[in-house]
Amino acid sequence: MTEIFGVPVAALFGQLVLGLVNGCFYAMLSLGLAIIFGMLNIINFSHGALYMMGAVFTWFALTTWNISWWWCLLLVPLAVGIFGIGVERLLLRRLYKVDPLYGLLLTFGLALVIEGLFRYKYGVSGLPYGIPEVFQGALNLGFMFLPKYRAIVVAATLVVCFSTWFIIERTQLGAYLRAGTENPPLVQSFGINVPAMITLTYAIGVGLAGLAGVLAAPTLQVSPLMGSNLIIVVFAVVVIGGMGSILGSIVTGLGLGLIEGLTKVFYSQASNTVVFVIMALVLLVRPAGLFGREK
Amino acid sequence: MKRNLIIAVAIMLLAASGAWAQAKGKISGGVVKIGVLDDMSGLYSDIGGQGDVVAAQMAVDEFGGKVLGAPIQVVSADHQNKPDVGATKAREWYDGGVNVIVGMVNSGVTLAVTKVANEKHRLVIDSGAGSTRLTNEDCNPYTVHYEYDTYSTGTTTAKPMVAAGGKTWFFITADYAFGKSLQADTSRFVEKEGGKVLGSVLAPLNASDFSSFLLQAQASGAKVIGLANAGGDTINSVKAASEFGITKKQKLAALLIFITDVHSLGLNAAQGLYAATGFYWDHDNDSRKWSKEFAAKMNGKMPTMVQAGTYSSTLHYLKAIQAAGTDDPDAVMKQLKSMTLNDATVKGGKIRPDGRMVHEFYLYQVKTPSESKGPWDLYKLVATVPPDQAFQPLSESRCPMITKK
Repeated sequence: MTEIFGVPVAALFGQLVLGLVNGCFYAMLSLGLAIIFGMLNIINFSHGALYMMGAVFTWFALTTWNISWWWCLLLVPLAVGIFGIGVERLLLRRLYKVDPLYGLLLTFGLALVIEGLFRYKYGVSGLPYGIPEVFQGALNLGFMFLPKYRAIVVAATLVVCFSTWFIIERTQLGAYLRAGTENPPLVQSFGINVPAMITLTYAIGVGLAGLAGVLAAPTLQVSPLMGSNLIIVVFAVVVIGGMGSILGSIVTGLGLGLIEGLTKVFYSQASNTVVFVIMALVLLVRPAGLFGREK
Repeated sequence: MKRNLIIAVAIMLLAASGAWAQAKGKISGGVVKIGVLDDMSGLYSDIGGQGDVVAAQMAVDEFGGKVLGAPIQVVSADHQNKPDVGATKAREWYDGGVNVIVGMVNSGVTLAVTKVANEKHRLVIDSGAGSTRLTNEDCNPYTVHYEYDTYSTGTTTAKPMVAAGGKTWFFITADYAFGKSLQADTSRFVEKEGGKVLGSVLAPLNASDFSSFLLQAQASGAKVIGLANAGGDTINSVKAASEFGITKKQKLAALLIFITDVHSLGLNAAQGLYAATGFYWDHDNDSRKWSKEFAAKMNGKMPTMVQAGTYSSTLHYLKAIQAAGTDDPDAVMKQLKSMTLNDATVKGGKIRPDGRMVHEFYLYQVKTPSESKGPWDLYKLVATVPPDQAFQPLSESRCPMITKK
């Protein structure tokens, strides 16, 4: 069998596919962050907590009301989105005029409160959630067996990421949104309700976090701490991609998943630091990130 | 009327100070303080955490709230899984009159705290941290390692698997003191039994996705994949292993798994796993009665072996003060090491000269969904392991207190 640095090629492909799956979670979470930062100029530190909320809601819906995973794909992002609307209307709205740091502090505090409440209610060990029956079993890719469910995660992420990018960059609504953040009074004078649009943007951004939570529930431990484990990496992804860049966050999310996957093969101890090493290097060369524009 | 009141108060004061004087001779500071130092909010807080505080308080209540006439007080703090935070708190507590620190969890923090205990000549009885270093390289006369360690859970789990032909092993190891200790203890055992370790991979603590490590384990072709990790890491490993169908050809050995982990995994994913433990709530009448009392105070959660150990160690610490007639740390430790430990959670336990508490250990297997009758009905007994087989024998000790003799 052919080998690269002592690792069989087939095994390497397997690891790359797994890296891609993890990259999907990074991409979907950093996409939400990028939208919120790009449109609202808020660094949403509560993103990880909302992702966790999505996963716990999914568990709750199944165990309490027997709502299947399929319905959760729709209902949970909606629920998290509605929660987001409440947060935006009641809290964030008051901070648009001040330094973005205040938004960061507020959302960070919010994350601690949400996580604390869930931890109080459910403990940290986590809640059991199985893989939907349709997706049990694996696909034979020749070099590895890929569980069907993970393939679905990749497909769903690509669809969601592409549609979001398309809506914001290529449609009328997206044009309003972009214009509304650039010059709110002007757009408002054309009769467009800018505050409502901003609320909607925030809801979509956190809804994406909720959706990532639904996708994660069957494969990862559903626990109040699951968000805080992931959020730091996701922030690194956003910084590398360029704050606010939608395409940047998608591409970087997937790419870093791949790099992390490779690190796990060659020097696993570094697999949770490699992202930050890359972040430091990128910031040295391109302070605005790979896809960011200097302002 | 007023005069009567003054006299009454004076009498009460006199009586109180009499009691004080009586206790003072034997109990330093007139009060026995039990400090529960634990992970109160992080990844191990379900294993120890608030449950350890409840368990310690249950022991105090059972003792009647007083020892040698002096009141007993339970205090608690969060070490946040940071060795420096734990060591600072321990120092502050010992200086402020805390007699003994119990609970713990997290080997890194515990190693730091036992150093403070040794320096201050105060006691620490750990039932949460697993590393065998506590009673080997880093042993000291003021530390007791209660309930379990990585040797006892590792070898007890590995034994039936090696016996059933699982001679080749690959480890997925948590990249810190505890994981390495668990891997080393289990490897030594596997090799002694004629098995072979094919390789291992160090996984960072809290790595959320373990599928990549499992694929490496799969590629090694080892018959058994040893999970030298704990808590959320074990849960994520087991979940991914069942998803990738790895358990069809290779066996999974969770070398340290707590009942809260199994409860969280659900029986579908966890069924068939071996679980080595020093305590299971449904073991006998005593353990059932005590555990139900505990669960009533803990929102229905059954105790882990760590929490049972905290109860038992607190109870026996108090018994040792009673028997020694003083709370002097050296005298109490001498007493502890000469006692036989018996209560609702421990049968016939002994504390060895190296500080290792040894007792009967149990090998359980996780039930299938159809075998289970309730949310916490998770284990069935496979074997009872006598103390001398469950724990590392003194002859293999690397503890200077033992080897220098």
